[in-house]
Amino acid sequence: MALKHKTPMLDELDKGPWPSFVSDVKRMAAKGNRMCEDWLGLMEMSYKDKEGHWKHGGIVGVLGYGGGVIGRYCDRPDLFPNVAHFHTVRVNQPASKYYDTKVLRKLCDLWEARGSGLTNMHGSTGDIVLLGTTTDHLEPLFYELTHELEMDLGGSGSNMRTPESCLGMSRCEWSCINTQDIIYDITQEFQDALHRPMFPYKFKFKSSGCPMDCVSAIARSDCSIIGTWRDDIRIDQAAVKAYVGGELVPHAGAGGERTGFDIKAEVIDHCPTGCMEYDGKSLKIYDEDCVRCMHCIRIMPRALRPGLDRGATILVGAKAPILDGAQLSSVVIPFIKMESPYTEFKGFVEKMWDWWMEEGKNRERLGETIQRLSLREFLKVCELEPDPRMVNTPRFNPYIFYDPATVPGGWEHDGAAFRQRHQA
Amino acid sequence: MAFDPNNLMKDRITDIGPPKYDKHFPPVIKENFGKWKYHEILEPGVLMHVSESGAEIYSVRVGSARLISVDYIREVCSIADKYCGGHLRWTTRNNIEFLVSDKSKLQPLLADLRGRGNWFPIGGTGNCITNIVHTQGWAHCHTPAIDASGVVKAVMDELFGYFGSHKLPSQVRIALACCLNMCGAVHCSDIAILGVHRKPPFVEHDRVQNVCEIPLVIAACPTAAIKPKKVGEMKSIEINNDRCMFCGNCYTMCPALPLADGEGDGIAIWVGGKVSNVKSTPMFSKLAVPFIPNEPPRWPTTVKTIKNIVEAYAASARRYERIGEWVNRIGWERFFEKTGLEFGHEHIDDYRLAMTTWRTTTQFKF
Repeated sequence: MALKHKTPMLDELDKGPWPSFVSDVKRMAAKGNRMCEDWLGLMEMSYKDKEGHWKHGGIVGVLGYGGGVIGRYCDRPDLFPNVAHFHTVRVNQPASKYYDTKVLRKLCDLWEARGSGLTNMHGSTGDIVLLGTTTDHLEPLFYELTHELEMDLGGSGSNMRTPESCLGMSRCEWSCINTQDIIYDITQEFQDALHRPMFPYKFKFKSSGCPMDCVSAIARSDCSIIGTWRDDIRIDQAAVKAYVGGELVPHAGAGGERTGFDIKAEVIDHCPTGCMEYDGKSLKIYDEDCVRCMHCIRIMPRALRPGLDRGATILVGAKAPILDGAQLSSVVIPFIKMESPYTEFKGFVEKMWDWWMEEGKNRERLGETIQRLSLREFLKVCELEPDPRMVNTPRFNPYIFYDPATVPGGWEHDGAAFRQRHQA
Repeated sequence: MAFDPNNLMKDRITDIGPPKYDKHFPPVIKENFGKWKYHEILEPGVLMHVSESGAEIYSVRVGSARLISVDYIREVCSIADKYCGGHLRWTTRNNIEFLVSDKSKLQPLLADLRGRGNWFPIGGTGNCITNIVHTQGWAHCHTPAIDASGVVKAVMDELFGYFGSHKLPSQVRIALACCLNMCGAVHCSDIAILGVHRKPPFVEHDRVQNVCEIPLVIAACPTAAIKPKKVGEMKSIEINNDRCMFCGNCYTMCPALPLADGEGDGIAIWVGGKVSNVKSTPMFSKLAVPFIPNEPPRWPTTVKTIKNIVEAYAASARRYERIGEWVNRIGWERFFEKTGLEFGHEHIDDYRLAMTTWRTTTQFKF
């Protein structure tokens, strides 16, 4: 069946071995989905113009929520009336995105009836993103989501964004914390902050179960919760020998077809702190020097496992460049036990938010507020003690902002006495 | 209970949050939660996880577009129903994992997936180039400098051989953001594809006072290039173009300052970032190519440039070296030599903290 708009440029993206979004959307358009038809036409026009054709969003949403729906309008409704209004709905995904097909099919049926039938699985923050609907569908869609799918909207705007985690203990042997439970708990505890924007700007939580950081918490969350351990790496010496002897596949098979395994070249010499030795019989790890980079563990996963005194390192302030440049998260709590109901952690969050809501400027991420007002100020309001683990190096400029309370006599000088000792 | 458009408060449910994480677990995941002992990649795209209890689960990872339709999801569901008891998940990089509890169904699943054209490529594990995480682009965003889905499709078509294999020295993570706002944070990727603008916004004086909060627009500029200006009777603003660094933040605040331009906009390529703490610490991606023109529908120069970087890396890096670790070992002068990429003034930082990136040693290579 011929589609409404010719799309010679998009047609080029039907080709090639990678799955094609164009072929997928065309299939939808071919069965009579008018939004998909006009969406293809609009995309083709963008490909010709080398410019996008969507306008700034207006304020749309569901009653009582300040986020979760992003208004979207095309700038050529004269040509593409079926995508004149094309709002996005963010739906909070189940932590780490496990689904059964029953719920997915329901979601598909709901979205085909109430919108374009196009989605992102998933958005960058982790939400199920439903792309393209009109304002009149929003309330019924929300009603059906909450009643039939037991799902709720995700975050948008200056609120707590939908928190996200790696798959954690559900299918990974390295996860030191229950990332899914932590994220579920935070999401439930702070529902109000998620649905009703009250912050200076967006705020993201992400949790990875180990320092490999599969959800990139350290690069893109205002508060990163990364699992770690404080005791010794567990060693199975027999398995170490099995790797050396070629009976076990190094790197869990991630390195492809290969022959031979040189424990010195591939493990010992890669250790960033040089804290390992192998004498041909047994592996020795000087754990006091280990920084838990996990290289040895990932290369010999059946011989080495994380320790058992587990918790999380909390880092804050990561963000993409807008505005003051990109930042990675910085360590503020080197170790905290993360066990339900996470009371200590939530106490920290409340202190951090109170300060940021009070001091943060409009559209200033936490990391930028900290940069402007200092990490020292942040630690003070969060009642955290300075620790060398919080810095790569102590400062190398001499400009210390002293507190007068720590200097005898404060900031007062006895000018008369000074001039008695020194003539002007 | 049915929706009543005249009474929104009737039976209204709010603030329930997402389904609990374990609601859709397959039984073997539920039973072995926290008990997994080790895993092995049996072949590219096929993972086996083994529990302390001896239980096993097989995950088959397939690449997918991020922009997908309900019909595609239904097809995924029918596959999961047939081989996985209806259980599947998505990864953080938009791959789909079919979760197989019954080992006898693994090979039939693989054969089935391979028989479905180009819809379900198997791979994305180990030392590969897995799926590219990306943003909306022209598909659905109001500030993009480039498309997202189309660039990703063109790049993955070219790098396809690396998706379903483990032949690289280490994993290579590629990410795309269609403007500097980076709603998909790409700033710590092995290779980042970034949409950039090169023309300052033009001011629509007749619209500014109607659609913008002028003080917020002025405050939004990180280089203080915007000041208020009266144009006749209209309150408007003026931009010092010499101070514009094309971040687009003012346009986010004020739709009467468009900066998108078919010829001005294009792609910058960044390399050497990483997120994981394995071996080296997390790193930002650094500028490799400041500008490549927008070339829809298949962006040939961008595709070629990325392939060239990947091939230079594959030929010269040592086992376990990420792109950033490789560059740190050989030095940036060698990186530009080996890739044949041009080094220009755009590569030398002149924003905040620029001096932390300048070479303050006599150690370098000739």
